[in-house]
Amino acid sequence: MQVIYSDALVIGGGLAGLRAAIGMKRRGHDPIVLSLVPPKRSHSAAAQGGMQASLGNTIKGEGDNEDVHFQDTVRGSDWGADQDVARMFVNTAPKAIRELAAWGVPWGRVRGGDHESVIDGKKVTLTEKKEAHGLIAARNFGGTQKWRTCYVSDGTGHSMLYTMSNQAIAENIPVVERAEAISLIHDGERCHGAIVRCLITGELTAYVAKATCIATGGFGRIYRTSTNAVINEGIGAAIALETGIAKLGNMEAVQFHPTGIFPAGILVTEGCRGDGGLLLDNKEHRFMPDYEPEKKELASRDVVSRCMETHIARGNGVQSRFGEHLWLDIRLLGKKHIEGKLREVKEICEYFLGVDPIKQLIPVRPAQHYSMGGVRTDYTGQSPTLKGLFSAGESACWDMHGFNRLGGNSVAETAVAGMIVGETMSEYLESDAGDIKVSTALVKDFLTKQEKELAGYANSKGNRNPFHVIREMQETMSKDVAIFRSEDRLNAAIEKLTELQRQVADIKVNSSAKGANPELMAAYRAPKMLKLALCVAQGALQRTESRGAHFREDYPLRDDANWLNRTLASWKEGDELPSLEYEQLDVKTMEYPPAWRGYGAKEWKEHPETAARQAEVDAVKEKLSDRFAIQNELMPYEHKLPELLRSRNERLGEKEGQ
Amino acid sequence: MSNTIPAKNVEVARKLKFNIYRHNPKDENSKPFFQTYEIDEADSMTLFIALSEIRENLDPTVQFDFVCRAGICGSCAMLVNGRPKLACRTLTKDLPSEVTLAPLPGFELIGDLSVNTGKWMRNMSEHLETWIHNKEKENFNVIEERMDPDKAEEIYELERCVECGCCIAACGTAQMRNDFVGAVGINQLARFSIDPRDDRDDAKFYEVLGTDEGVFGCMTLLGCDDMCPKELPLAQQIAYMRRKMAKAEV
Ligand SMILES: Cc1cc2nc3c(=O)[nH]c(=O)nc-3n(C[C@H](O)[C@H](O)[C@H](O)COP(=O)(O)OP(=O)(O)OC[C@H]3O[C@@H](n4cnc5c(N)ncnc54)[C@H](O)[C@@H]3O)c2cc1C
Ligand code: FES
Repeated sequence: MQVIYSDALVIGGGLAGLRAAIGMKRRGHDPIVLSLVPPKRSHSAAAQGGMQASLGNTIKGEGDNEDVHFQDTVRGSDWGADQDVARMFVNTAPKAIRELAAWGVPWGRVRGGDHESVIDGKKVTLTEKKEAHGLIAARNFGGTQKWRTCYVSDGTGHSMLYTMSNQAIAENIPVVERAEAISLIHDGERCHGAIVRCLITGELTAYVAKATCIATGGFGRIYRTSTNAVINEGIGAAIALETGIAKLGNMEAVQFHPTGIFPAGILVTEGCRGDGGLLLDNKEHRFMPDYEPEKKELASRDVVSRCMETHIARGNGVQSRFGEHLWLDIRLLGKKHIEGKLREVKEICEYFLGVDPIKQLIPVRPAQHYSMGGVRTDYTGQSPTLKGLFSAGESACWDMHGFNRLGGNSVAETAVAGMIVGETMSEYLESDAGDIKVSTALVKDFLTKQEKELAGYANSKGNRNPFHVIREMQETMSKDVAIFRSEDRLNAAIEKLTELQRQVADIKVNSSAKGANPELMAAYRAPKMLKLALCVAQGALQRTESRGAHFREDYPLRDDANWLNRTLASWKEGDELPSLEYEQLDVKTMEYPPAWRGYGAKEWKEHPETAARQAEVDAVKEKLSDRFAIQNELMPYEHKLPELLRSRNERLGEKEGQ
Repeated sequence: MSNTIPAKNVEVARKLKFNIYRHNPKDENSKPFFQTYEIDEADSMTLFIALSEIRENLDPTVQFDFVCRAGICGSCAMLVNGRPKLACRTLTKDLPSEVTLAPLPGFELIGDLSVNTGKWMRNMSEHLETWIHNKEKENFNVIEERMDPDKAEEIYELERCVECGCCIAACGTAQMRNDFVGAVGINQLARFSIDPRDDRDDAKFYEVLGTDEGVFGCMTLLGCDDMCPKELPLAQQIAYMRRKMAKAEV
């Protein structure tokens, strides 16, 4: 039995995992990072649009600060977010972006003086302040009051990930590439690391660690049409679920992005709309103002995606051999802008569609994009039920996104959560809780179990192709657990998914090739992905309301009276379905009580305590004038942040307290 | 405004013939050979779609690497009819009906079309120290250092490299000596050398680049520049660093 010991095992080499590892290393611990692929190829590299941080340097970002970012984030979440966490996040985001700037990210910078821009379909001239020249610039993104999304052309994720990964190399952090965690080692109360399969040799190794962090990104590949990388299969979240003790939060909250290019599903960034691009229908009519007069193309993603699908359903889609789609028009932004700030978009259009977006329209239709749900953690990033297990980034339900994440808030989350979790894991390692007493017998049990399971596929009596099981699951999810949901469709989906789950026993792996063995990989991933799919479908069926990205045709209103809560899913070994329970959000302690989002449906069922809490909030705002004092009176959170991250953020021209 | 998805070869669907390099170095008995698969071409078919179809329906054992399948991550470089390319954004309609696929040369073979570029790149990165060297302590609570907007764009121009390995596969020197840092390495140091946040001076870069493993190993065949899928100005960067290193020497 091969066993490797370390202080901390970080499963995932994307932005979140790498940043957490750097934090621990800097505090004197020795983390090991695992990744399915070289870390620079992680999905974080695909983020084009940008990262939100309230620097307020540009003229359209003037007056921005943590309070405004907080409001946008909570509103964007449709009040599903954990407001403490959202506060911790907005305070740390400017630090994260400045740290990345110091490490080498070539953020787009403000150019003092006049420049041309397109707002609401019209060309305008903006005048940037001279004092801001050379500071980090920002662009417009959906669902925000200020221009807050900082960017590196449209290669933001690429630049961030390369910088982060180079920094991890500089700090001498070992990264085991082409390694897959396939099971967590635990004793029912505490996590002790993971069983890891080498994707080059096929060998299994036990990685025993005092603390383990799941930073494996999203699980978009349970859907057929997804903007996600093909490695985003959610195995990290699934192995947490399979412990039977750790829980997954809000799995039904799945985001669809309005502008997946059609039919491939490859994303073109929200920056296209942020920078002034328009959505058109088959008559080249700009339809968003008809549905959403306030925010138009820049309402939040769930709203725009639903408007698009509704518009298509009403017969306004463009017909094509692959089905119907709409158009994205960025021609009005001009050649210089497209070839500079949207070059990645131009390349994608040329290579995958043969379309030149400077002169032609881009065919688009919403595609699965982001997993708001994931491993449920508390504000420190630790699982409340399985000690020693942490999670950060898209794989986590740390819960700053609630039921809908705003564009640009995700890469910001990865860096911020990485910073916070790197600190809280260090604190854990330095405390008594970090001491480890794991028996080798336990480790061996977990290893043997995996060996048996893998061998089982070769000896199976059935003849089911694992790739086909996965494809049928993906098709079911895309058809019936997508943008519009209803009881009938969800029941049908669950029936199909459970049937597929039974067929897992018939999966046969024909090849006994040594090494990577892609057939075997599909075989052991299929049942794990099916469990995630069932958590999504079952969560969606039970939640009889519409909130954020979760939309029920049969229950179109947001129902705060009954559903202001978070879904927790756990899986008992041998069960066919997940067990669901609900964690209430407390209106009485909210800094920002539920209200209308400013776009989308104007009605909702109010929580009985909302009005009273709103009155308290108003009274405090009446009494105090310093924004920090108001905040602290309403919902103190600073003590929850690791010490390193508690200080205030400096801003151009901002005086204390304003 | 006529705007349709390109749809060549729709009426007469072609049969595509793929000759795929097969070898499993983990298996002592495995000898390299080319295996042939036939599939029907579909609209907007990329090599990603074609290979996935081969694996799902014809042969589940074929090894290859895709991650983003959108031309962003650099995972899928391979030799397509002898030329290094990103397979995910290579459309079959631009290829003849018979296509030969082989792994990138210059890297350790994992199996079939899959090579270990990650290991190579990490070594390169450790050797050249491809990160910002800055003695000042970072303080993330205060307003960031200013940078000229043009400078930021200039840095990003060079940072767009996706470490796909096409330049190494296309490089005469890299095929002959495996310690050559290649265009990918030289370009990355060029990126750090123009970054005002990096304290290193030319003498420091000279230590790692002023050798035959560095710029002086380059035979100026410029395969790298021709083959870079991101169209990075590699020839220009090599010439630039070489001039700099030649000066640093005296
Ligand atoms: C096309 C696209 C564009 C986007 N654009 C933006 C944007 O502009 N702004 C924004 O804020 N967000 C954007 N996002 C979202 C954002 O990019 C992701 O949410 C974020 O990068 C996720 O980072 P992460 O570190 O959590 O995970 P990832 O970057 O996905 O990394 C996951 C890591 O885990 C590893 N891994 C996975 N499973 C295992 C396992 N079982 N064992 C070992 N290792 C494993 C992988 O190898 C990888 O290293 C975009 C997303 C997509 C799909
Ligand atoms: S798969 Fe990412 S570049 Fe081809």
